[in-house]
Amino acid sequence: MQPFTRIQGIAAPLLRDNVDTDTIIRVERLFNAVPRADLGLYCLESLRHLSDGSPDPEFFQNDLRYQRASILLCGRNFGCGSAREGAVWALAGMGIRCIIAPSVADLFAANCFQNGLLVFTLDQAIIEHLAVGVAADPAGRPLVVDLERCQTGFADGEPIPFSVAARRREALLEGLDEIDLTLKQQSKIHDFRQRDGELRPWIYTA
Amino acid sequence: MSGQTMYEKIWRSHEIVDLGDGFSLLHVDRHMLHDGSGPVLARLKERGRSVSQPDLCFATLDHVVSTAPGRPVTSDNRRRTIASLRDGVAEAGIRFFDIGRTGQGIVHVIGPELGISLPGTVVVCADSHTCTHGGMGAMGFGIGSTEAEHVLATQTIVQAKLRTMRVTFVGNAGDGVTAKDLILAAVGQLGSAGGNGYAVEYAGRAIQTLEVEARLTLCNLSIELGAKVGMVAPDEKTFDYLAGRQFSPKNELWNRALASWRDLPSDHDAIFDAEIEVDISHLKPKITWGTSPAHVMDIDGIVPDPSSTGHRNAVQYMDVVPGRPLVGLKVDWVFIGSCTNSRISDLRIAANIVGGRKVADHVSAWIVPGSENVKRQAESEGLDRIFKESGFEWREPGCSLCLAANGEAVPPGARAVSTSNRNFVGRQGPGARTHLASPAVAAASAIRGVISDFRTMKD
Ligand code: SF4
Repeated sequence: MQPFTRIQGIAAPLLRDNVDTDTIIRVERLFNAVPRADLGLYCLESLRHLSDGSPDPEFFQNDLRYQRASILLCGRNFGCGSAREGAVWALAGMGIRCIIAPSVADLFAANCFQNGLLVFTLDQAIIEHLAVGVAADPAGRPLVVDLERCQTGFADGEPIPFSVAARRREALLEGLDEIDLTLKQQSKIHDFRQRDGELRPWIYTA
Repeated sequence: MSGQTMYEKIWRSHEIVDLGDGFSLLHVDRHMLHDGSGPVLARLKERGRSVSQPDLCFATLDHVVSTAPGRPVTSDNRRRTIASLRDGVAEAGIRFFDIGRTGQGIVHVIGPELGISLPGTVVVCADSHTCTHGGMGAMGFGIGSTEAEHVLATQTIVQAKLRTMRVTFVGNAGDGVTAKDLILAAVGQLGSAGGNGYAVEYAGRAIQTLEVEARLTLCNLSIELGAKVGMVAPDEKTFDYLAGRQFSPKNELWNRALASWRDLPSDHDAIFDAEIEVDISHLKPKITWGTSPAHVMDIDGIVPDPSSTGHRNAVQYMDVVPGRPLVGLKVDWVFIGSCTNSRISDLRIAANIVGGRKVADHVSAWIVPGSENVKRQAESEGLDRIFKESGFEWREPGCSLCLAANGEAVPPGARAVSTSNRNFVGRQGPGARTHLASPAVAAASAIRGVISDFRTMKD
C-alpha cells in the first residue's frame, strides 16, 4: 500500500450530501472488467451532466482548474450505500488521496484506509470555508494535509487539527499491509480456534 | 457493573486480540461469497496466499447471473466473472451453490434459509446488506474486497467497535403495515446517516411479534440508515425457524447451541449509547418519493415541499410534484424481489393481492424469487401459476433489477415500484426512477398500472 505522510494539492468541492458509492462508480463499470487503474475515468460520471445532457458547469469535473485535484471536500454522509471498493479505486484512479467530509459512511471509510486514502471529518462550516478559499484560485491556494501532525489548511494559513484512529494513522504512514500484520498473530488465532472449538463446536461442523 | 448488549456479547466472544484504540481482531464464523468474489480469490492466489478455512466459506451466484428462464449469459465479461468464481471456489474447496442447484440464491436470502447464519455468529460478505443476517441474531456486516481477501487468508477481520443504538418501536401498527414499512419509517425519522458508527438493535413488542423472515427484511435496511450492523434478539421463533435446516446444528450440538443462544439477548440493565423510539401507532404503508430511502412518505400522503437542494434534485430526477400525492402516478415497471422482499412470505402477500386480477397492459411486472428454495416452495404452493396468469414474469433467483448488474435494467425515464432497498439515482438502470415499497404496494401498483394503495383494493 502506498504510504500517506503529507500532501499538498488542489482541493475540489463535492459539497452535496449523501453521495453514494453507486454514484461514485456505476456497477456496470465494475462488472464490465474495466481495469482498476482505469476506473478513474468513470468516477462520478452520472453527476457530470444536467438533465438536458449538457455538462453541469457547477460540477468540479467540468472545471479545468480542478483537473489535478488530490483532495475532495465533501458533503455529509459521503460514500453511503454499497460496500463496493471500486468506489475507492475510482477516486484513487482520478488522483484523489484524501477525503474530507462532515460525516463519512463506515464501510466506505474502511475501504479508503485499505487503499492508502486518508479520510477524516471536519465541521461542515470549516469545509465550506475551505472550499470558498480554494475556489478563488485552486492551483494557487493548495491545501496541505499533514498526517504526521494531523493538521490541514492552506499552506499560508492557520493549521486546522483533525483526528484519525491511531491504528489507521500508523498503517497509512507506513503503508502497512493488514494481512501481513494479522498473519503475525497466527498463534493467537490458533489458540482462539482451539478454545472456541470447544465452546461453540457447532460453528466448525457445518 | 451494568449488563451487556447483544452486540457486546457477540463482540467479546469473537475477540482474538484487542488491538487497542477501539480495534480488535475478530474471528469470522461465516464468510459468504458471491459473483463479485472471483477476482478476490484470484488476487489472493496471485499474492501467494491461500484460503485459511474453506469450511467456513459459502459461495453462490446472484449479482450478475441472468434471471431469465434458461439463464442466458449476456456478455463475455459476465461469463468471465462467473467462471472466475467457479474456478476460485473449486480450487479452494469452498462450498458452492451454483445456478439451478438447491441452495442457490441471493447471499442474504440463502444464509438464513440454509442455517448458515446462526444466532451469535459473525457473518461477513463483501456486500453492504450483510446486516440482513442480524434478523437471525447474528452480527452481520458488509466488508470491502481487500477486507474479504483478509478474511479468506486468515478467517479473521480487523474491526473498530461500533457504538450501540437501540431503536424501540412503540405502539401497535395499523392494518397492512409490514416490516418494510417499519424500517422505512425508521430510516425516514433517523435519516440515511442516523446510524453511522452504530450497531443497531431493534426492539419493542412489534419486533417480537414479527416472523423471522420479516425480521430479515427489517435488518436488511439497517445500512440505509447508515448502520453497518442491525440485529434482532433471537427467540423461540428464531430457533423454530432454524431447527432442521441444512447447516443448522443437529442433535446434541443443537441443544448446546440453543443453550448458548438463549444467553444472547441484551441484558435488562444493558446500556446503549443511544436510545431511539419510533412511534408506529399511526404508521401507514410507506413509499419513497425521492432518491434516498430516507425520502419516504405514507402511501396516501403527499410529496413534501423541497427543503434543500438535495430534495430539489430528487424531485426533478423522480419527476414528482411537491404537494401532490404519488397514488395515481403511472407506473411502467414493478419489481418484486431482492434480499429485502423476495422470501416466500413476501410472495404469498403479493399473490394474495394479484390472485384473479390482471397486470395493467403497459406495466412490465417481474417476480424474482430470492432463492432456488423459495422458487420451488412457491411453485409447490401454486404461486407461480397465480403470478403468470395475472401477467407477471416468473423469473429465476438472483439480484436482478435491484442493482441492474446482470443486464436486466429498468429503462431510462421509466417509473418503477420496487420492493428492493435502494432508490439511488440510476440504481435500477441509468435514468430509472425507483419508488421503494412493500410487496403489497408493489403488487397493487402492477394491477392498477399506477401507484396504488392496496388497502383500497378490497373489491
Ligand atoms: S438483492 Fe440487491 S441489495 Fe441484495 S445483495 Fe443483491 S444487489 Fe445487493
